[in-house]
Amino acid sequence: MRRFTLTPYLVWMVLFTVVPMLLVLYYAFSVPTAGGTTWSLENFSRFFEPIYLRVFLRSLSLAVISTAICLLLGYPAAMIMAGSAFKRKNVVMLLFVVPMWMNFLLRTYAWLTILERSGFINSVLAFLNLPRLNILYTDKAVILGMVYNFLPFMVLPIYSVLSKIDKGVVEAAGDLGANPLQVFIKVILPLSMPGVVSGITMVFMPAMTTFVISRLLGGGQFTLIGNLIEQQFLVVGDWGFGSAISVVMIVVILLSMAVMSFFEGPERDVALW
Amino acid sequence: MRLRKTVLTILSLVVLSLSLAGCGKDQPTLHVYNWGDYIDETILPEFEKETGIKVVYDTYSTNEDMYVKIKSGGSNYDLIFPSEYMVTRMINEGMLQKIDLNKIPNYKNIDPKLMGADYDPGNEYTLPYMWGTLGILYNTTMVDEEIDSWDVLWDPKYAKEILMLDSQRDSIGAALLKLGYSVNTKDPKQLAEAGELLKKQKPLVLAYVVDEGKDKMVAGEAVLALTWSGEAMYAIGENPDLAYAIPKEGTNLWFDVVAIPKGAKNVDAAHKFIDFLNRPEIALRNTEYTGYSTPNLAAWAMLPEEVRNDPAAYPSEDVLANAEVFVSLGETLKEYDRIWTEVKAF
Repeated sequence: MRRFTLTPYLVWMVLFTVVPMLLVLYYAFSVPTAGGTTWSLENFSRFFEPIYLRVFLRSLSLAVISTAICLLLGYPAAMIMAGSAFKRKNVVMLLFVVPMWMNFLLRTYAWLTILERSGFINSVLAFLNLPRLNILYTDKAVILGMVYNFLPFMVLPIYSVLSKIDKGVVEAAGDLGANPLQVFIKVILPLSMPGVVSGITMVFMPAMTTFVISRLLGGGQFTLIGNLIEQQFLVVGDWGFGSAISVVMIVVILLSMAVMSFFEGPERDVALW
Repeated sequence: MRLRKTVLTILSLVVLSLSLAGCGKDQPTLHVYNWGDYIDETILPEFEKETGIKVVYDTYSTNEDMYVKIKSGGSNYDLIFPSEYMVTRMINEGMLQKIDLNKIPNYKNIDPKLMGADYDPGNEYTLPYMWGTLGILYNTTMVDEEIDSWDVLWDPKYAKEILMLDSQRDSIGAALLKLGYSVNTKDPKQLAEAGELLKKQKPLVLAYVVDEGKDKMVAGEAVLALTWSGEAMYAIGENPDLAYAIPKEGTNLWFDVVAIPKGAKNVDAAHKFIDFLNRPEIALRNTEYTGYSTPNLAAWAMLPEEVRNDPAAYPSEDVLANAEVFVSLGETLKEYDRIWTEVKAF
């Protein structure tokens, strides 16, 4: 019976996960020749040319910066929400989630008009006789867009772990003479690590692969790895190179998840929420 | 064993539901796949009423999206609207079928000058739907010189006031035209020169945009923009301070055409629809709705005089003589992509 109920999921996963992955691998490791295709590492050696490495490093650094900002903003927010003194949990939670009901593209387009030269922010600044802010089409705008879009993915898992921490443990630490800072560092922070780790993973992955944010808010001047892949498939039609970059990305993501699970500790009770 | 049976059951259910979905079709249907916002949709019910053919109308936003969808099979479109360079690719890959001009008497309304271009000599596969040029859209209140050369896009005076197109062939094409080369060049030296020129230009560029460019120009967010004539006409309609210039060094002449993909289910209805599109009054409504230039001479004759004689929308024969149509590049496209990536990742 159990095998029977599993079957649809198995079929689904084979059809839509395993087969496509194999296709990506096939394209990545083969090049078309006159008489068909041959196995080759050519697509990968092309990736390690300086121009593409530069794109990769830029993606990596923008993703790391926005993940760090999300963590710095998100952790305190999650702590405030999880705190017992805070009565409006559900309202704040809703405020985090409601924007996600709206289309992602639409929200990013909205930033275009907020940030532009005669946009909302600059109108306010001009009204207050302050100098104009020109951050649209810079890397700052790209980071802003990433932080804005991915912040909920950081806050929610951390909040979910924090709110499950046994209050008794925290009180016990206090009773045993720890000051609030020590309680945080020795008790709350270690206990919340699973949430932090899943938050980091869930922000880092989309930040590393986004291509819409960099195109719209970066004005196409900040080619990220996602843009590169999109371009290979849609414009150039070089599926081999596009697949090779995708495989490199998969390896990077797997590596970062391995590193993360190392920090996560042995319990492994990861709670996404 | 059981797994296999279940798989078979599921597959047969899928097949059954698909074949059922195909039933109950007592009315012939035409599946049209066009660019977004590229037709006056009120003509569709009129066609249905007149012919009794039901029109299913879908849209796409780039040639590449459309190509991938047709190429992967599974779609059932009877009529598509590719641009000329995509036509070459699709003909080479055997994805289009020939059209029968005898079934399209209204094709006689099309300007003979715009027929039989290199991408489809003799119009065996396609008929032009809209056409235009590549040029510079500019804000007349922010420039005090005559805009007539590609050089202006490299003028430091307009630092951070220039919008380029996030489209390899068009932006590299502008650089090639400035250098006096062909927009279809395969010479690596010429391409490298164009790449250097675009890298030099990058500090002056505010952004590389596609669709949002016209809105930025309408809002006065930039002074100059590399753009297509149809987009420019739309923007000028929204903001009369804007103007469009075709640089004297030459331009790219582009066409969006109608074509019937192989595997179309209702070829007959597709011909009827093409003929319908080429009726003067229908072509007139489409050109007035989209703002793009119509190749239909009879429709052109009915346009208001200021549109008919607008050199931006309907340039003179001298300009056309100095214009080049994109040719599909084959493997050289990879070189264009490399240059473009270098420019943008620089």
